[in-house]
Amino acid sequence: MQQTGVQSSSLPQAKKRRKPLDMDRWTAVAMIMPSIIAVGLFVYGFIAWTGYVSLSDWNSLAPSFQLIGFDNYLKIFNTGRFQTNVRNLFVFTTFFLTACLTIGLLLALLVDSKIKGEAFFRSVYIFPMALSFVVTGVVWQWLYAPGRLPNDPTGFNLLFQQIGATFLQGQFTADPRVIPEIRIAGLKTKLGIPMAMIPVVVAAVWQMSGFVMAMYLAGLRGISEEIKEAARVDGATETDVFRFVTLPLLQPVTLSAVIILGHISLKIFDLVVTMTGGAPGNNTEVPGLYMYEITFKANKFAEGAAAAMVMLIVVAVLVVPYLLYNRRTEVE
Amino acid sequence: MSAIALPNRRRLPSIRRVLVYTLMLLFALFFLLPVYMLVITSMKGFDEVSLSRMWDLPRGISFVSFDRAWNGGEGVIGMRGSFINSVLLVIPATVISCLLGSLNGYVLSKWRFPGSETIFTLILFGMFIPYQSILVPLVETLNRLNLYGSLQGLILVHVVYGIPITTLIFRNYYAGVPTELVEAGKIDGANFFGVYRDIMLPLSVPGFVVVAIWQFTSIWNEFLFGLIITNDPQLRPVTVALQNLSGSQYTQWNVQMAGALLVALPPLLVYMFLGKYFLRGLMAGSLKG
Repeated sequence: MQQTGVQSSSLPQAKKRRKPLDMDRWTAVAMIMPSIIAVGLFVYGFIAWTGYVSLSDWNSLAPSFQLIGFDNYLKIFNTGRFQTNVRNLFVFTTFFLTACLTIGLLLALLVDSKIKGEAFFRSVYIFPMALSFVVTGVVWQWLYAPGRLPNDPTGFNLLFQQIGATFLQGQFTADPRVIPEIRIAGLKTKLGIPMAMIPVVVAAVWQMSGFVMAMYLAGLRGISEEIKEAARVDGATETDVFRFVTLPLLQPVTLSAVIILGHISLKIFDLVVTMTGGAPGNNTEVPGLYMYEITFKANKFAEGAAAAMVMLIVVAVLVVPYLLYNRRTEVE
Repeated sequence: MSAIALPNRRRLPSIRRVLVYTLMLLFALFFLLPVYMLVITSMKGFDEVSLSRMWDLPRGISFVSFDRAWNGGEGVIGMRGSFINSVLLVIPATVISCLLGSLNGYVLSKWRFPGSETIFTLILFGMFIPYQSILVPLVETLNRLNLYGSLQGLILVHVVYGIPITTLIFRNYYAGVPTELVEAGKIDGANFFGVYRDIMLPLSVPGFVVVAIWQFTSIWNEFLFGLIITNDPQLRPVTVALQNLSGSQYTQWNVQMAGALLVALPPLLVYMFLGKYFLRGLMAGSLKG
């Protein structure tokens, strides 16, 4: 970062010359005002509006603003469908984050190990980031189409048959199983990993791990060779250098990656719509999709708003501390 | 290789090197597999689309799938119209976003005022929110402004929700411009706009490229707003059209893949030719300057 001392610029001479600058200060505030108003209205105003709707009984086409408290929240959390959504989102986020971080770091280390064709590999790993989730979804949906096993496989199943790896064949996004299917009294959903979610995670990792690689690569390149050399002089092996020098210095990158991937994951919508539409059953449905369906298809605006607020709160819990932390460190 | 010549780098043992290359090639295969499928399937003719040969190379290069995906016919709605919609959407939205972001970034880096840091943080939060939490009020508001279901409405939405990221990138970019330059300009009698025009703008070209690419690709690739705000099929952006194409029972796979490739092409071209700037935008999105 090449942050210069921006705030240290209020020199004493500048203070004396304030008079002609005042007009400019007002101009500056005036120039940013439209954006402040737009964000104030379209972000904060609309969130407040949605919050209000989530407390109302507007659950039909006719708008109603009768406040009924937290009934909508209680109601959606009491449905098996939303419970399943939350489970799915938890599974998706866990696998997606773990896989992206691991593969991203691995790719960064590989690309950083002084190899030929570095630029080629790097751009191959990153290009999916330029695509729309819709494109990714459409292509992967075709790859996963299971066909009829065992005689008429398609997609990956066919490929696996052709290379003699039939043990890898499966139903993929059409697999209705939840493993290990734990039932808990009071819960209307079965806990476990919905098998159909795994292929969706793979597609998402395909799209996003290159981004994590790029972040780690920037982090790795920022670590000075002297620090590593100093450790080596002290007798550290390459593994030690990695564990005790490189990894700790990459921690801020990991934090940023978790925030970025985390908020994308918690909001995931496009990819699921195009790949599965939430099927089989509701095994791949996530709150983002639920909100869309229940608001715009079933016209239950208040329940949809409640689901949206739940999403917002979860994202805020992840992001707000990070934003505040970033701000504090920047002011210092 | 030059690596050997570097003084403080140890040469990797050759077994490790083989392992590194093997892994990298396997990953490259994984990343390119969908592209292979996309390209070969979209180049197949209708008589060639056999499920049992879906991994085989096409016999020749045929553009009938692209023709069907683009122009439509036999139950398929062509994507040409939505492609034009997306172009008409993405160009003005990108231009306006760049101008707004640049002004905001300039103010927030060089004209700080009491509370400006708080305002910046509040603006930033806007890029993380799930848009589900603003959709219903958004539709209502656009309705009242008579913008619902219009491209102008969609442009407005993309510009407004693009403010956080464009402001962030420009602010961090301008933070790298020495404040002394700005002070010198002020002492020479330049006002707010004078400093912007004569000092900041000439230095901003890379910043504009980064932001323009960022906005272009994200607006082109966006789906949820397009889905909700364009109720009229005539006004659909490409992503919504592609989703419709792939959701249709009548559409053959080769046409779907051709459609997907068409949608992917503009951002891919940007990535191929301006990859450096694309990457910088990505990195800027991770909040680090």
